[in-house]
Amino acid sequence: MSELLQFLFSGITVGAVYALVALGFTIIYNASDVVNFAQGEFVMLGGMITFVAYTAGVPLPLAALLAIVVTAAVGVAMNKLAIEPARGAPVVSLIIITIGASIFIRGVAQIVFGKQIHTFPAFSGDEPIRVLGATILPQSLWVIGGAVAVFIGLWIFFTRTLTGSAVLATSNNRLAAQLVGINTKFIMTLSFALSAGIGALAGVLVTPITLTSYDVGLALALKGFAAAMLGGMGNPKGALVGGLLLGLLEALTAGYLSSQYKDAAAFIVILAVLFFMPQGLFGRKSTDRV
Amino acid sequence: MSAKREKGESLFAVEGLGIQFGGLKAVDNVSFAVKPGEIVSVIGPNGAGKTTLFNMISGVYHPGYGRVSLNGEDVTGLAPNRLAQRGMSRTFQNLQIFQSMSVLENAISGYHLQERGPVLSDLLGLPSSRRRAETAKAEAFEQLRRVGLADAADREAGSLSYGALKRLEIARALGLKPKILLLDEPAAGCNAVETEEIDHLIAEVAGSAVAILLVEHDMKMVMRISNHIVVLDHGEKIAEGDPASVSRNPAVIAAYLGAEAA
Amino acid sequence: MKLSAKHATLIVLVALVALAPLVFPSNFFYRVGALIFVNSIAVIGVVILTGYAGQVSLGQAGFAGIGGYACALAPAHLGVPPALSVVLGAVISGLLAFLVGRPILRLKGYYLGVATLGFGILVSMVLNNERELTRGPDGIEVADLGLRGLLKDVGLDLSNGQFWYFFCGLCMIVGAWLALNIHNSPTGRSLRALHDSEVAAGTVGIDVARVKLQAFVISAVYASVSGSLLALQNKFITPDVAGFMHSIEMVTMAVLGGANSVLGAIFGAAILTLLPQVLTVFADYEQMVLGLIMIVVMIFLPRGLLPSIARKLRRTGE
Repeated sequence: MSELLQFLFSGITVGAVYALVALGFTIIYNASDVVNFAQGEFVMLGGMITFVAYTAGVPLPLAALLAIVVTAAVGVAMNKLAIEPARGAPVVSLIIITIGASIFIRGVAQIVFGKQIHTFPAFSGDEPIRVLGATILPQSLWVIGGAVAVFIGLWIFFTRTLTGSAVLATSNNRLAAQLVGINTKFIMTLSFALSAGIGALAGVLVTPITLTSYDVGLALALKGFAAAMLGGMGNPKGALVGGLLLGLLEALTAGYLSSQYKDAAAFIVILAVLFFMPQGLFGRKSTDRV
Repeated sequence: MSAKREKGESLFAVEGLGIQFGGLKAVDNVSFAVKPGEIVSVIGPNGAGKTTLFNMISGVYHPGYGRVSLNGEDVTGLAPNRLAQRGMSRTFQNLQIFQSMSVLENAISGYHLQERGPVLSDLLGLPSSRRRAETAKAEAFEQLRRVGLADAADREAGSLSYGALKRLEIARALGLKPKILLLDEPAAGCNAVETEEIDHLIAEVAGSAVAILLVEHDMKMVMRISNHIVVLDHGEKIAEGDPASVSRNPAVIAAYLGAEAA
Repeated sequence: MKLSAKHATLIVLVALVALAPLVFPSNFFYRVGALIFVNSIAVIGVVILTGYAGQVSLGQAGFAGIGGYACALAPAHLGVPPALSVVLGAVISGLLAFLVGRPILRLKGYYLGVATLGFGILVSMVLNNERELTRGPDGIEVADLGLRGLLKDVGLDLSNGQFWYFFCGLCMIVGAWLALNIHNSPTGRSLRALHDSEVAAGTVGIDVARVKLQAFVISAVYASVSGSLLALQNKFITPDVAGFMHSIEMVTMAVLGGANSVLGAIFGAAILTLLPQVLTVFADYEQMVLGLIMIVVMIFLPRGLLPSIARKLRRTGE
């Protein structure tokens, strides 16, 4: 029983990270119909930049904030330099561009940060907390709490603020949004900044547990994408549920089936969703207009 | 209200066709028939459901209910390529030209059913493969000549004018040697000269016993070339008959101009 | 007599393969050339699938891995001669592509890309994890093809580098010939129609699902043969051959040179194969440069280098 609980704890922790990555996908997809394969790199950058700043003597909270801001800026730059110039390009081109961006960021990270694994101290210590016969790290609570805070914060943003409504409007119908005076270019910039910032936050929170290195981004992007698809591409609620479900599935696979193939869980989920339920748990079915 | 029509010799028939999108009945219980060589136009104000109707008939959408029959066979909900095999061909309102191909290649693609063969044969460039391609090419060229595009055969399809592209789509659609041709707003966006060219083309095609089903907004053209007109409004058929009777029909006038004008 | 594009391309390729050795500064270049040809074969497969038919696959390397490991494992475990193992690998890849392709190809755009990505990574995972069979990440030896020995027996004595250069060159030319045949054939037209408008393609009678599957199977076979040749040439193979980066490299080579042109694909493969050789320090910068190339080419030269250059030349000539 306590073993199951242990798996559940680790599943929810890693699931919270996937949910945040999935949320990042969702925000950008809603704003621009682009699936940003570089999403995972934002998580990597969050952890990496925090590490660099912290090692240079910056206090941890400030280092984390710096990391989030810098990564958000990277997201904005990516939008400006890679996505905007390719507006209207066919899907094949956009896929290659975002994958190219993710590889580029990874390549730069490799040179700047090296290939080693890095980490920084947990926020409130390493002493595992005992719960019902299982243990959970304090940092895990930070991760889960952080994810919940982000989701609630974004919900408030989208439903209660003017800017948030503008983002929703743009994602619903770009042309109509432009016609009522919404600056869609700004919305795009904002979406990328938000997405990158959220990814970075996830990286900051989870690095003390999972450690980080220049190439963690790819697996995260794929799993975040799987989670977003499971929940329904473009649906924030789906991102949360999808992420948690995927995390749990992965932890249970690692625990009961095979730790070697736990990563395969994400891909099997992707394939299963694509074949049986392409719109995901909360998504809408779409038809082509001819 | 609706003119009497002899059901016996109709090649193509739609019975009680309809579809719902969410709460909206885009098309509801529409029925009509088309005979070989007959030109039937479907008209109606914007949003009447004409293109949806077309898309249901041509397999782009799955009908919610109702029946489509071609040559006595039930073809409801068949995929577009199966409909093509049974002799149904169509053009598109917003043009679905093969942009990366030349004008001639677009026309040749219309002959797909005729020129297709084993992949291996094509892969190895066997003489049988080349013969199939050559035959299709020759016939496609004839088709281009018929629509007046023979001179542009080797040009990139994208370089043609809008009106020319509409004619190219018709040329491609004819490659099938269809029994029924669906034309989705063939004159949309065309100027007077281009419209007249399309006019003649349609009449010529009908002359070779092909049934033609037309969706069109250009009323002059519709009145000029149609043998029979079906009027839709809010997804329902509100009138049908020959051009003269439809143009005088108060329900039709009301649908287009509002109740006061009737 | 007017030379068709197909014949012109083949003549250029044969000339290149035959004459390039005359300017080789050292025997090392035979190795590089062979590598370019091997990569070209996989990339021609990408041209057929993505360039002609417009379907994105980010998992082609999975099939390359199957082809490579077929040559490593079949001779050792099944007693199949290496040459036949290439065929075996191709058959397995083709079958797998057929089975996996049927459901996968119902997807479009991003979803197709990610599904194929998932497939490639699953293959790579299996090759990495099943150490009992594959020796895992460290790699496994591959038996000698034996063809060079045969040639020597009939009097044609080639060095190892020379043999593989010409053998792979020959395979590439055959692969190019098949692809060029397809381009102007009825099958090729249905692939290209798919690329431009799936809806219209259906309307002229094209069985869209079937044609997509054909393209997927054909490109899988190309990737498989490429992987096989790589394994036989190096007499060694590691799971990296099925890895994500390898899939991305293939797509980038195609995109760089011109995804819908066989000659362009070979051009792209040549550039991206030569680059690491020319810039030995490039190894560290490879990902950065690769990523940059992908972005820049897709934004400014979406048709790829070769077609864009060709267009420019045509324009100035008009």
